[in-house]
Amino acid sequence: MIRALVLLLAGLLVLSLLVGDGILATPDRLILLQIRLPRTVLAALVGGGLGLSGAVLQGALRNPLADPGLLGITGTAGLGAAVAFYWGLAQGFAPALPMGGLLGAGIGAAVLLTFAGRAPSGPSVILAGVAVSAIAAALLALALTLAPNPFALAEITFWLLGGLADRSLLHVALAAPPILLGGIVLLRLGPGLDALSLGEETAASLGVPVSRTLHLAALGTALAAGAGAAVAGGIGFVGLVVPHLLRPWLGERPGALLPASALAGAALLLAADLLVRVAPLVLPLSQAPPLGVLTALLGAPFVVAIARKAAP
Amino acid sequence: MTADFALPPTSVALSGRTVLHDVAFTARPGELVAICGPNGAGKSTLLRALAGLLPGTPARDARRVAWLPQGARCAWALTVAQVAALGRIPHRDTADAPVTLALQHCGILALRDQRVDRISGGEARRAMLARVFATEPEVLLLDEPTADLDPAAAHAVMQLLRRTAETGRVVVVVLHAIELATRHAHRMVVLRDGRIIADLPPAAALPAAAAAFGLRVGRDSAERLLPPDDDASRR
Repeated sequence: MIRALVLLLAGLLVLSLLVGDGILATPDRLILLQIRLPRTVLAALVGGGLGLSGAVLQGALRNPLADPGLLGITGTAGLGAAVAFYWGLAQGFAPALPMGGLLGAGIGAAVLLTFAGRAPSGPSVILAGVAVSAIAAALLALALTLAPNPFALAEITFWLLGGLADRSLLHVALAAPPILLGGIVLLRLGPGLDALSLGEETAASLGVPVSRTLHLAALGTALAAGAGAAVAGGIGFVGLVVPHLLRPWLGERPGALLPASALAGAALLLAADLLVRVAPLVLPLSQAPPLGVLTALLGAPFVVAIARKAAP
Repeated sequence: MTADFALPPTSVALSGRTVLHDVAFTARPGELVAICGPNGAGKSTLLRALAGLLPGTPARDARRVAWLPQGARCAWALTVAQVAALGRIPHRDTADAPVTLALQHCGILALRDQRVDRISGGEARRAMLARVFATEPEVLLLDEPTADLDPAAAHAVMQLLRRTAETGRVVVVVLHAIELATRHAHRMVVLRDGRIIADLPPAAALPAAAAAFGLRVGRDSAERLLPPDDDASRR
């Protein structure tokens, strides 16, 4: 399964480098390095971070509906980016937007852990996440109302929809270290997540440091998914859907899903981004649809399918 | 294991209510101890205190002491073998031999690749028990391990626990069914309102246990417990 995912990912990476305005045309070296390479690498990194975060959160919280968006990390990253944008920082200094997003994700994770308390449990983390999401959404709405001009409003709204167009190697340099660091933190949680499937108390009786595991899950998510949201905006449903796609093949043991979820998340976002780029070539669209719109349109029916399956 | 398994006198308050009043507990290796008492007597709390899971109770080595909670459930549809293998987490290994042996002891080796959500409640219960055995602990703390089991399976599990104890381990079992305790345990601890009111061999403890449950011992049989106003026994 892992080998199949690696092959799929490799194929999609090559395809992503080759597909542009003219499908499979030999690309110009400058276009390849300055446009398609950053876009391809970011899609893989962001998707991998989202998929891995989703698998870890679902395991840690014992909840099949958990994903980075549920915990408000995506929301606070968007809020941070919007604030950076409004302060006019983004005009003079391009990295201000992703840096604001990273800062927002970090603050979001800190607030989340404060809300969840000193001895967090699955339900307390989820409730804290819902609260953080609500606060982030409210503050973002406030920021949108206070938009300095209609152009700023349009631009930030479009950014919040999520996408990978026009990202540079600078974005890769900003996002890669936190995503990879967060990935390392999350990948090491496997045995703790396995133990948590028996509940927090039993996990503690098995010698698992439960509070530490939940804290690391939130911290790793802030890094791996927060940095993704900081450079690519709000891309939903990848973290939610990926573990569900893998369970029929790999079983439900949370630890067994982690590396595969990172690979599958990367493959899924690469495929979605390819669809977004090809869409205007085959459909009567004036421009490429936002990536976040596509993942939501594909992901939402999937949530319905999960709910149907879970119903007795 | 040669040392006794002991809990120094411990009081436990949960959300402002004192659930255990200065309760001390000691078990020798080789002993199967049953903890009995009415609902709310503090049985599960005592077991948690023994497991070191409550604030102020001595922390235990997870490789040495294993605990099975009441109504244990798995959040995900793991296979029976995967559930049992969770018992290896304290040892940080994935050794297959102890897991297979545990499944065999619990009579569910044939189900090893079945998902726990697709087997019966009693079989799932035994998968949880196999998880405890897979740890190969010196002390087994089990909260209602025979719940959901049919009478034959319940007696089989109690016999397994007694044999396990007699290999030099400590087995402490919370039981609702007094007849299982009197038949299989070496010793019976009766709790009531957070205090130990009897700590005796099962036969001798029966009147105390009966009183704790609001029952009395029938005159015709030492093992028969009757409600206080049962007409049939008066005749």
